[in-house]
Amino acid sequence: MNKLSTTSLPKDIAAEKGLVNIQIDGIWMQVPKGTRIIEACNLAKAQVPHYCYHEKLSSPGNCRMCLVQMGMPPRPAPGAEPTYDEQGYQEISWNPRPIISCANTVAENMGIKTQGELVEGCRKDVMEFLLINHPLDCPICDQAGECTLQEYSVEHGNAQSRFKETKIKKPKNVRIGERVRLDDERCVLCSRCIRFMDEVADDPVLGFAERGTHSKLTVHPDKLLNHNYSLNTVDICPVGALTSTDFRFQMRVWFLKQTPTIDTNCGHGINTTVWTRGNDIYRVTPRQNNAVNSCWMPDNYRLSFKKFKEELRLLEPSHKVTEAHQPIHWTKAFASINEQLGSANSENTALIVSASLTNEELYLAKILAEKLDIKILASVEHKQEEDNLLISSDANPNTLGLQLIFKLKTLYKKLGSIKTGIKSGAIKNLIVLGEDLTTIRGWDAELLGHLDCLISTHSLANSTAQASDYSLPVATAFENEGTMINLSGRLQKLNSAIQAPTNVKTHFQLLTSWLHSLEVNHLPTKPEALFIELSETYKALNGITYATLSDLGEPIIETNYQVPLLAKEEQRRKQGIIA
Amino acid sequence: MSFIKVNRPKLKWYEHLYFPTLFGGLKITLGHAIRSVKSTTRGKKEMNSSGLGITMQYPETKWDEFLPDWYRGVPALVTDEQERERCVSCQLCEFICPPKAIRITPGEIEDGNEWAKVEKAPKEFDIDMTRCIYCGLCEEVCPEQAIYLRQDYSITGLSRKDLMHDKEKLYEIGGKRVGLVNKWNKLK
Repeated sequence: MNKLSTTSLPKDIAAEKGLVNIQIDGIWMQVPKGTRIIEACNLAKAQVPHYCYHEKLSSPGNCRMCLVQMGMPPRPAPGAEPTYDEQGYQEISWNPRPIISCANTVAENMGIKTQGELVEGCRKDVMEFLLINHPLDCPICDQAGECTLQEYSVEHGNAQSRFKETKIKKPKNVRIGERVRLDDERCVLCSRCIRFMDEVADDPVLGFAERGTHSKLTVHPDKLLNHNYSLNTVDICPVGALTSTDFRFQMRVWFLKQTPTIDTNCGHGINTTVWTRGNDIYRVTPRQNNAVNSCWMPDNYRLSFKKFKEELRLLEPSHKVTEAHQPIHWTKAFASINEQLGSANSENTALIVSASLTNEELYLAKILAEKLDIKILASVEHKQEEDNLLISSDANPNTLGLQLIFKLKTLYKKLGSIKTGIKSGAIKNLIVLGEDLTTIRGWDAELLGHLDCLISTHSLANSTAQASDYSLPVATAFENEGTMINLSGRLQKLNSAIQAPTNVKTHFQLLTSWLHSLEVNHLPTKPEALFIELSETYKALNGITYATLSDLGEPIIETNYQVPLLAKEEQRRKQGIIA
Repeated sequence: MSFIKVNRPKLKWYEHLYFPTLFGGLKITLGHAIRSVKSTTRGKKEMNSSGLGITMQYPETKWDEFLPDWYRGVPALVTDEQERERCVSCQLCEFICPPKAIRITPGEIEDGNEWAKVEKAPKEFDIDMTRCIYCGLCEEVCPEQAIYLRQDYSITGLSRKDLMHDKEKLYEIGGKRVGLVNKWNKLK
């Protein structure tokens, strides 16, 4: 002790760095001041069970599941100096009453016990209360397999119920919105959904009604849970009270394989998990990434996988003979395309490349343009209405990638000149990679009819494919892999969750085969291998490989762009609503 | 301790000689041979056999009546006293099935149905009998007492399709089973 008094105490060392010393299950550690106890326990790998606490929402502390035992140094007698042990910590006197760890913050020299008779007893009793009126719905409940009530029941609960009375009956299978079903009997009244709708979605339509054991979650009169972020309430519901109408009874979650990937509906590149069984996608859920989408995702993006129906897909390459399309073999298609383009003047040829292609594919498109000596390049800008949360105005997922690979910021502006070129007859041949041109204003089948040769790639059948001389089927974003750069300059990995139909190629495979037929033979067969070439070519990508790129991506370009949702989250953090 | 150590038996000196035990074995064989000639084979009565030889003359003689209660035959779905389809397609049997013989497509019971409160029922329920190994884990794992292994064991078909038992076929084999827990009968 004498030795320590000459140097500084742990509390002073920690205070200098804005940290506090806290003892969790007997081990001292330093955590930032203002951290919630539950988060400090997480850092110490002593997970505390909880229902109502969510790191991105406020902490009402109403589930009581996260009770832990807390201790502080005793208050010294008047005039007495605090005493320190050999390590420089004060003695902890344990509080006989437990505290909730989600709504309390850490303090200097605090002690926390996440184990022990008191804490385990509390958890057991809380579980017993929660399960009193809980129905035996597990066989028909969609949450089974990812239900925290099931998990904690096994870990902390009783095997038998002591409850002899009749269970309270509450509304079941209530359609509270277009996409969400409510089962009040299963609800544990954690209020996560209420807080989400209030704090994040800013559309407070949910609330509790009645009192005591009759309390139930409900929508306000004449309101419905139809907000575009309503399915996030299903994700954060710790039990099966809120379930997705779309995913309802489709498949048990334990059969589903999870693939971490990114959403390609807009420039934010929301991190997602795609849940598949066999070659079928069952659902898409957001994956937490604090630099991109926090924990959330809009509903229309989640359900966008539904549009790739088998019957709407293009399943084989086809060639237009007189008016009708005839199937053609890939090799023959490329040979015949090369012949047609080879005989034409390259000045008459234009390439429209989509900014929904991955960096690797864009790089190949660039090589193709160089090989075919195409000078007229363009891309299509897709604008959509932003919602000041997670939907950006740029509907292209890889705008920055396009700018990086082609080293041009003006590709979007060149589209008009191609249109006039086609009209005037200056452009006779057009290659379109991944864009449905007829959806753009001013472009129609008649305009495309001016062309001698139109080559286009699509996943779904559409009128551009119909007007094409060569229509080549390509894989969807769920079947593709590669990297994309989102609006905040973050390089993220797209992974394939399912396999493309037999005769369908990804843009990567398509372009490598095409270039192969043009005798460009040095190209690797995997995007991973091509990325090595990209990282050598482009300064921003230097030193990155697929192996070093984590599922959360890596910031590579400074853009100063901020996702509106994250800005709002930061604001709530400053207000002290979330820690 | 999760294992039991079994010691190798210590042989007596005459057992080491080999021949005494060889003759012991031959004696048993000879006994059976004599009994089969005299048509007094063991199990003649129990197995309804001719007593000539120890093999049951299947299919002329069958052991159907002699099957024990715990015999595990084909898996089948059952209905209860109220003619209710007991299966709620929780897919636990599909999950546990070691040879992956079961394939369920879950479905929803529409509003207006008498059992709409059960919410869930199988849309399709297929058991591939070319795969089934009659292990009974599906029965073991079922939380709704809906699937049982019945006494039928002779399942034959002329094609693979014949051996794909669909929902209709499974209910036909399973039939009605009474005296089960009817947890869905409660109010509401």
